[in-house]
Amino acid sequence: MLGNQLTKLLQDTPPGIEQTLALVTDFDDILIHGFARLTEEHTATLNALAAAVAATPLGERVGEVVAKLSTGSPDSEQLALLAGTRAALLGAVHDALLSHLDTILNRSRAAHDESAASPSPDPEAENLLTGCRSWLHELAITGWRGVDHELVASASQLIGPLLANPKLRRMAVLIDGFAAELSACCPIRTADHIPVRRWADLWTRAMLLSYTGGWSADDSAGLDTVSGRLLILGADVHEHGTAMQVQVHGVLEPTDDSTPRLVRTSVAVAKVDTIIGPAMWDLLQAYPVLMTALAERRSIHITDLPALPSGDLVWNEERAKVGDPADPFTTARIQLASALAPAVPALDRHPVQIAEPVLMEGYKVKRGEDLSVIVDGVSLPIAVDRLPSCGPLTPQLVDASSACIGLLRWDSGQWALQPLAVQSNKSKKTQVAVHNGDWAKGPTDPKVAKAQTRNGDAIAVLRERAGRLLRR
Amino acid sequence: MNAEDTAWLQSSTIQVIKPIRPRKLAKVPFVELADGRLQGVVSSGSDISRVYVSSITAGDHTYSCSTNNNRPCGALSWGLCKHIQALMSEAVVQYGTERVARYLRIEGDVEGLSVPELIRRLNAQHQSLPSSTVFSRFLHHLSYLEVPATTTPLPEMHWFPSTLAVR
Repeated sequence: MLGNQLTKLLQDTPPGIEQTLALVTDFDDILIHGFARLTEEHTATLNALAAAVAATPLGERVGEVVAKLSTGSPDSEQLALLAGTRAALLGAVHDALLSHLDTILNRSRAAHDESAASPSPDPEAENLLTGCRSWLHELAITGWRGVDHELVASASQLIGPLLANPKLRRMAVLIDGFAAELSACCPIRTADHIPVRRWADLWTRAMLLSYTGGWSADDSAGLDTVSGRLLILGADVHEHGTAMQVQVHGVLEPTDDSTPRLVRTSVAVAKVDTIIGPAMWDLLQAYPVLMTALAERRSIHITDLPALPSGDLVWNEERAKVGDPADPFTTARIQLASALAPAVPALDRHPVQIAEPVLMEGYKVKRGEDLSVIVDGVSLPIAVDRLPSCGPLTPQLVDASSACIGLLRWDSGQWALQPLAVQSNKSKKTQVAVHNGDWAKGPTDPKVAKAQTRNGDAIAVLRERAGRLLRR
Repeated sequence: MNAEDTAWLQSSTIQVIKPIRPRKLAKVPFVELADGRLQGVVSSGSDISRVYVSSITAGDHTYSCSTNNNRPCGALSWGLCKHIQALMSEAVVQYGTERVARYLRIEGDVEGLSVPELIRRLNAQHQSLPSSTVFSRFLHHLSYLEVPATTTPLPEMHWFPSTLAVR
């Protein structure tokens, strides 16, 4: 990414974003206080919300819901419509930001085809999703300030069955992560801070997911498949107390010689809060091909891997072979500019989902309270807090770097660079590159490995305890 | 409004739960600050299939220790048993002294206090609690290790970025 591109990105903000977000902020304020007692201000907000989507397919129904709210508190279906409206506003913000970025990067993006992947119906799942919806309804009626231990704890009976159904994994990790935060902040009535946008996001997302259920790998039959060489760009790691996901970004060179594509592939595991840092990779050792390719920076040959229209390849070890060494920086330099980006599915149109791979080179790092990269005098914040706990990247390494493969993110009203890998040439002879996925087969830094050994094998200890105590 | 306040209001990814530190799990496999208690599970030194469920209640600092079959810990008649001491030590490693003290509402400055000093601040009395609640929370905790891995992409996890922890 060049200096002039960065200038355009940061200075020509697409119109309407600020006003749209102001509306979202007003809506989120209602969730702090709850839908049980709407003030005049809240009613005005809801009217403004309805007006904002009046010309869309949602318009008429949202108008009706809002008109009824003055006479009583909303039922789950009405709340879901409001959640849909909030999602549509953020969807518009997402689209404006992403198309702005695509234009600047000259990145072509595939057209969206929603028909290609729809979850299959499952009656047992329906019951659970209805349970989730009534919990979400209760939360919204109560408002964050009124949420107590009892209301949070009522989600715990949903989580076991959600986790037991592979089709509901997305809902399971979402509700579990959300409930854990609510619980940690109890009593919320007196809490210093409430993560206002965040909790409204999680609530909205769960509400929408309670209708669609979300696509799962079980629905792979019937998907298009792809074959070719996958060149890895880097690994993005997500985690909360009881879940971890590694999402690998790469460029696929299809065997049919069609245009190389930007793709992702993910593996996720359940965990507990005491399995943290580099030890988390041990949970992923059932995926030796993917882990070896990450740790040894190799390409992967894939054959008939199911591909979602979102650009997500459904990982399958049996359809993948570790290939030759392939330096992600070379891939980024040669392929990134011309690769075809995937479409974004309707549900994923939210600014938090923007994770566009970019290559930054020839920059300086500015140290302040936070780090920023400076290219041709333009400064872009580095999302230092997004350096994963399980990888070797540190703020010091980023500070000393001169090239970076990263994901462009947008949060809190600004763009930031999330590093996936950095290269430094501080010493004249050697160029050292450090990647998020370097420790996928265990830490290569003896100090870190030693610290891990000192603490013992957390997973083995807990598995032993589970084996002895769980089935009695 | 400063940057931190803005983040609480406008960030979709602000870290709400403070990170914990890794620790040895062999002796005390489970520690949590929950239900108004510091509570956890301590493996028995003599019998590998027995565990002790130990807890200290926030505020009044009453403590309890019994086996998972609800037999009271024999050592309690001489004051705080070694299980509760181990629970406290491991909680301090996991959460840090300050967070444990704040949760338990231990009064005064606790910075730099050792675990025995922290325990002396408790001024505690024994009050037996049924072990079943904590024990079933521990079993729920363990059950996560039996949930199979998935290759389903989880876009929801973009709200939960991994973040630089204390190593």
